[in-house]
Amino acid sequence: MLSKAPRLRAILLRVAQAVPVVFGVIVISFLLTRALPGDPAVYFAGVMADEKSIEETRVALGLDKPMLQQFFIYVGDLAHGDLGQSVSTGRAVATDLAKRLPASLELTLSALLLAIAIAVPLGVLAATRPGTWVDHLCRVVVTAGVSLPTFFTGILLIYIFYYLLGIAPSPLGRLDFIYLEPEHITGFYLIDAALVGDWETWFGALKQLMLPAITLALFTLAPIARMTRAAMLTALSAEFIRTARAAGLSSKRVLYGYAFRNALLPVVTTLGMVFSFALGANVLVEKVFAWPGIGSYAVEALVVSDYAAVQGFVLAMALLFVTLNLVIDLLYAVIDPRIGFVSR
Amino acid sequence: MSDSEQTQVGPVQGRFDHIIYVLRSNPVTLIAFAMLAFILGCAVLGPSLVPYDPLMTNASNALQAPSWAHWFGTDNLGRDVFSRVIVATRLDLTISVAAVAMSFVVGSILGSIAGYWGGWLDSVLSRILDTIMAFPLFVLAMGIVAALGNTIENIIYATAIINMPFYARLVRAEVNIRRNAGFAQAAKLSGNSDLRVLAMHIFPNALPPMMVQVSLNLGWAILNAAGLSFIGLGVRPPTPEWGIMVAEGANFIVSGEWWLAVFPGLWLMMAVFTFNLLGDGLRDIVDPRKRT
Repeated sequence: MLSKAPRLRAILLRVAQAVPVVFGVIVISFLLTRALPGDPAVYFAGVMADEKSIEETRVALGLDKPMLQQFFIYVGDLAHGDLGQSVSTGRAVATDLAKRLPASLELTLSALLLAIAIAVPLGVLAATRPGTWVDHLCRVVVTAGVSLPTFFTGILLIYIFYYLLGIAPSPLGRLDFIYLEPEHITGFYLIDAALVGDWETWFGALKQLMLPAITLALFTLAPIARMTRAAMLTALSAEFIRTARAAGLSSKRVLYGYAFRNALLPVVTTLGMVFSFALGANVLVEKVFAWPGIGSYAVEALVVSDYAAVQGFVLAMALLFVTLNLVIDLLYAVIDPRIGFVSR
Repeated sequence: MSDSEQTQVGPVQGRFDHIIYVLRSNPVTLIAFAMLAFILGCAVLGPSLVPYDPLMTNASNALQAPSWAHWFGTDNLGRDVFSRVIVATRLDLTISVAAVAMSFVVGSILGSIAGYWGGWLDSVLSRILDTIMAFPLFVLAMGIVAALGNTIENIIYATAIINMPFYARLVRAEVNIRRNAGFAQAAKLSGNSDLRVLAMHIFPNALPPMMVQVSLNLGWAILNAAGLSFIGLGVRPPTPEWGIMVAEGANFIVSGEWWLAVFPGLWLMMAVFTFNLLGDGLRDIVDPRKRT
């Protein structure tokens, strides 16, 4: 019924649709930079500015030009990778972000892997035994996980494992000062240290990573497990499962071949949202553990009203996330033939 | 109109019986409802019941551990942590309920339109939603509040904006799959207008997942608001609010004064936990597949 051509067209169309999204993201970030409380020229001119220097700043930043022209200048700057200057660090925002990005990615990715490895089996287990104590237990555990405010979990873990038990290193950054930073290859300390075979540093980095990664995983674990359970329940109550059972297929085949495959769709969709949650929660976790990633960079910038840095951070996060959403939507269109107006 | 009222007596009675049945078979949901009642009680009556003024400082009584006089101890300015935690309930609930109500209504309408009619309407709406969803949501909320200004109203708007696409997308997907289903076509053929088919026959099918979404969102909206104030946005000190109290208490945790951060954190957790438990419970109540 569905030949390959319309599917391919749908996929190409979806890729093309990412272009307006990127455009929309840029428009929103532009509006956010121009919606600053008060006059941006007064702000960028500094505290000591008088009428004349404010006017000079206005001209220098192009704030006297019409909105549309300002937007084109903004897009032109972006094309050169120019996100403006950070007032607090005195460097280009793009440079700062690039330098701190690997720390954030290392934390987020290890937390996500940990969460998926625990959550998916948990959800399947709960759905296949509905109403039993396993189901209730999973439900409470999973609900508790998503109810944990990440910043609070982090503080609690610090109190227990650092202050009370003394087994965790002090919650300050990616590496204790007794270790040397591994040579910069990918920026991921665990990978870099492993590549040069420096296992002492590797363990040092792992010890620092442990608490923040667990904090973040506890939070992201819950929506994945929850959606896996709900999707499995829906799939298992469908008629084709009854038919498959009646036809005498083994319960393993029914469960994994039919139910789980159908349940994967909402789970894959959820992964996009989970990544969004994770990137947001990442900001809080980084602040709690003084993790030198882009999240804590943005929080520091917020405190001193360094707007260029904050907006650069918001835009960078959005562009990172657009790419991810695109991949997930493509995956979705490939798995589910019902979706898409084009192939109808 | 009059005969539709008559036919409704049966289903309402049946639904009520069903709720009793579900609650009896599922004690966890009952607990969740009890906790919700408790939290609502705190929000409504709390400020007039607490033993101390939440803003009253007392330097001679600072950093006291929990005791009979101060159940949750006192903070670094000698304020009673228990009173502050209870009084904060109203503010945190108001923010999240207002935000979720806004996003539920707007999201349902937009999602139904996009899912039922499709075409260019769907394309435009989907692109706008994609643009919002293209931001990691907490990060977008940070950006919006930072740009619009640091007020509680802006926290509500930011939270509503970042939650709205969830409802819209969910409704769109549910409506889209069913819009050519047999029952929808039958309703159409028996003379119902598009709008009526959409509102009375197709949209109710989206309600079970929507209910789960609402309760999840209420919890998440509280977390979001508390998170924003944790990093210094939105609510400002000395206003009692759970996120700020955790942030202020965090400075004392490494020296062992745990009660400053732990009690507001636990309260926040309990509130979110209640809404999340409720979500699963509501799903069992509204899901027609479980009705026998």
